[in-house]
Amino acid sequence: MDIKEIIRPENLVYKRSPLMTDVTLSYCPGCGHGTIHRLIMEVVDEMGIQSDTIGIAPVGCSVIAYDFMDVDCTQAAHGRAPAVATGIKRLWPDKYVFTYQGDGDLAAIGTAETIHACNRGEDITIFFVNNGIYGMTGGQMAPTTLEGMKSSTTPYGRDSKTMGPPIKITEMIARLPGTYYVTRQAVHKPGSVRKSKKAIRKALEVQRDKKGVSFIEFVSNCNSGWKMTPNESNVWMEEHMFSFYPMGDIKNEGVLVNAKE
Amino acid sequence: MKELALMKGNEAIAEAAIRAGVDAYFGYPITPQSEVMEYLTLQKPEERTGMIVLQAESEIASINMIYGAAGTGKKVMTSSSSPGISLMQEGISYIAGAELPCLIVNVVRGGPGLGTIQPSQADYFQATKGGGHGDYRLIVLAPASVQEMADFVDLGLELAFKYRNPALILTDGLIGQMMEKVELPPQKKRVEEFDQSWVTTGKTRDRERNIITSLNLDPDLQYEHNLKLQEKYRSMAKDVMFEKIDCDDAEFLLVAYGSSARICQKVVEIARGRGKRIGLLRPQTLYPFPTDEIARLSRRVTGIMSVELSAGQMVEDVKLAVNGKVPVYHYGMLGGKIHSPEDVLSEVEEKYMGGF
Repeated sequence: MDIKEIIRPENLVYKRSPLMTDVTLSYCPGCGHGTIHRLIMEVVDEMGIQSDTIGIAPVGCSVIAYDFMDVDCTQAAHGRAPAVATGIKRLWPDKYVFTYQGDGDLAAIGTAETIHACNRGEDITIFFVNNGIYGMTGGQMAPTTLEGMKSSTTPYGRDSKTMGPPIKITEMIARLPGTYYVTRQAVHKPGSVRKSKKAIRKALEVQRDKKGVSFIEFVSNCNSGWKMTPNESNVWMEEHMFSFYPMGDIKNEGVLVNAKE
Repeated sequence: MKELALMKGNEAIAEAAIRAGVDAYFGYPITPQSEVMEYLTLQKPEERTGMIVLQAESEIASINMIYGAAGTGKKVMTSSSSPGISLMQEGISYIAGAELPCLIVNVVRGGPGLGTIQPSQADYFQATKGGGHGDYRLIVLAPASVQEMADFVDLGLELAFKYRNPALILTDGLIGQMMEKVELPPQKKRVEEFDQSWVTTGKTRDRERNIITSLNLDPDLQYEHNLKLQEKYRSMAKDVMFEKIDCDDAEFLLVAYGSSARICQKVVEIARGRGKRIGLLRPQTLYPFPTDEIARLSRRVTGIMSVELSAGQMVEDVKLAVNGKVPVYHYGMLGGKIHSPEDVLSEVEEKYMGGF
C-alpha cells in the first residue's frame, strides 16, 4: 500500500482534534496531560460548543493549557479556578465553563474554593488531574502523594503521622449536594481513554442541563517526577495509585454510587 | 427631579452600584463595610436590574470571582475592609497584570493585623503603591462625603474601563458609617455589548481565541508588558482630581483626603476666622496624585502639612511633589482614633506659624 492509498478518507481512523492548536505541547513525553487536553477538545468540538466554552487554566504544569486548546481561556491564580469559574458562570449561565486543575491546585491551596463551588452547585465542570505530585515545581509532595511515596520534599517517603495521609478530595466533594456527577478515570490505556471521553461528554451534558457540578478526577502519571520511564510509571500507577484512588463513578445523577464509600 | 436620600456611606455605595448598572457584586462580610452587601441583598438587585450578588467563602474567592467575571467584559465590583483587602492582594495583582477593569472598595479600619474596627487611613501605601506583588498601580479615588461615595462608584468604573485597570475607592469607617443627604445618580442600563478583542465569552468564528492571563514566561515579553503598563499608569495623570479650599492666598497649606479632609476643612474655617491664611488641598484621586498642583502651590506657601489618620504615608508623595522647596510636615492619628480640628490647628499654630 502506498501513501496515496493510506491517506484515502475511508482509511482515516484518527485525526487531531481541530480544537487543538498547532503549538507543541510543553508536557514531558509520556505524560497524560496531552491526552486529557485532546479528549476535552474533541468533546467540545463534537458537541459544537466552542463558541460558548470558556476554560480556566490553573497554576501548575497545565498553566499554559490555553496555548494548546483553541477556546477562550482565563488563567487563574493557584487554587482559585473554581472561584474564577463561578464569576464567569454566574454572569453567563448559558456558557460552558470548565476548570482544569492539578492536585496541588485543587486539593491543597484551593481546597476552600473547590469545596464551596461544589457546595453551591455551580453549573461548572471541574477536570482534576491527580498525579500525586507537584510536577511543575520539580516533584514535591502533593496532598494526594501516597503513603510512603518519595518526592523531592519527602525523600524518605511520605509519613502520614507527620505529613498527614493522602486526601481523597473527590470522595469528599461527592458528598456535597451541589455535585451531580463525580467520577474517577484514567488515560493510560486505549480502553481508559475511551471511558474518559464518555465521562467528559457526560460532564459537559450535565453542565448543559444545569444540574450542578460535574467533576472528573483523572488519575495520571508523572513519569518525570516519579523518576520512571513512561511505561514504568503507568504500570506503577495501576499497581499503587488505583488501589487508593479506585476507578469509576462515585456519584451519578446526584446519587452516591457506593454509599459505603 | 432630584432624588434625595439620607443614607450611610456604605449604603450609598451599594445603591450607586445598582444605579451604575453593575452586573455583579461578589463579597465577604467584614466590619465596617458589611452594610454594602446587606443593602444590596435587601434591594433584590436581580429584580431591579438583573445584577447578581453573591456572598463568597472568603475575600480570596470574591476577588477571583471578580477576576473571572471582569475577563468577560462585565461591570463587576467588590468591597471589603483592610484585613480583607490584604487577602485580596494576590487577585488584585492578577487583575492589574491581566489588565481587567473592576471596582474595589476599601472601607479602611485601623491596623496592623486585626487592628480595630475604627476608621483609619493607614492603607494609603497599600492602595496607591500597588499593594500586591509586581509593578502595578490602581486608580485610587478618595471620597470625603456620602455624596462622593455614591458618585465615585460610577466614576471609578468609567476610569476602570477607560484604562482597563482596577479602580479602588479608598474610604474609611467614618465615611462608611455616617449618614448624610445624598443625591442619587440616575439609573444606568447594564451594558449588553462587549469588546470582542479581549473578552472571554467563547471563541466565535470571526475572531481568534481570547486569553486572560498575567503570565509571560519570556522575559522579553514580560518586559514589554511592564513598559506598556507603566506608560498606561503615566497616562492616567490627566484624570487627576482635587478640590482646593482657600488656597489662592494661603501662606500655609494643608493636604488631606477623605475623612481627614473634612476635619481640615473645619481647621481652615476656624483659622480664617482668626485671620490666618491656611488653605486646603484635597486630593479626590490619590492615584493619579495631584503632584503638579502641589508643586505649583508649594511656590507660594511657607510650609505644607499632610494630615492623615496614619503614621505618615501620603506625606511621602507630598514631599516628592514639593521636592524640598518648602518644609513638609506630617500630622497623624493612629489606631482608629480621630484627630479633632483643634488638635490639627494647634499643631499648625504652635509649630509652623509661630503662634496665632
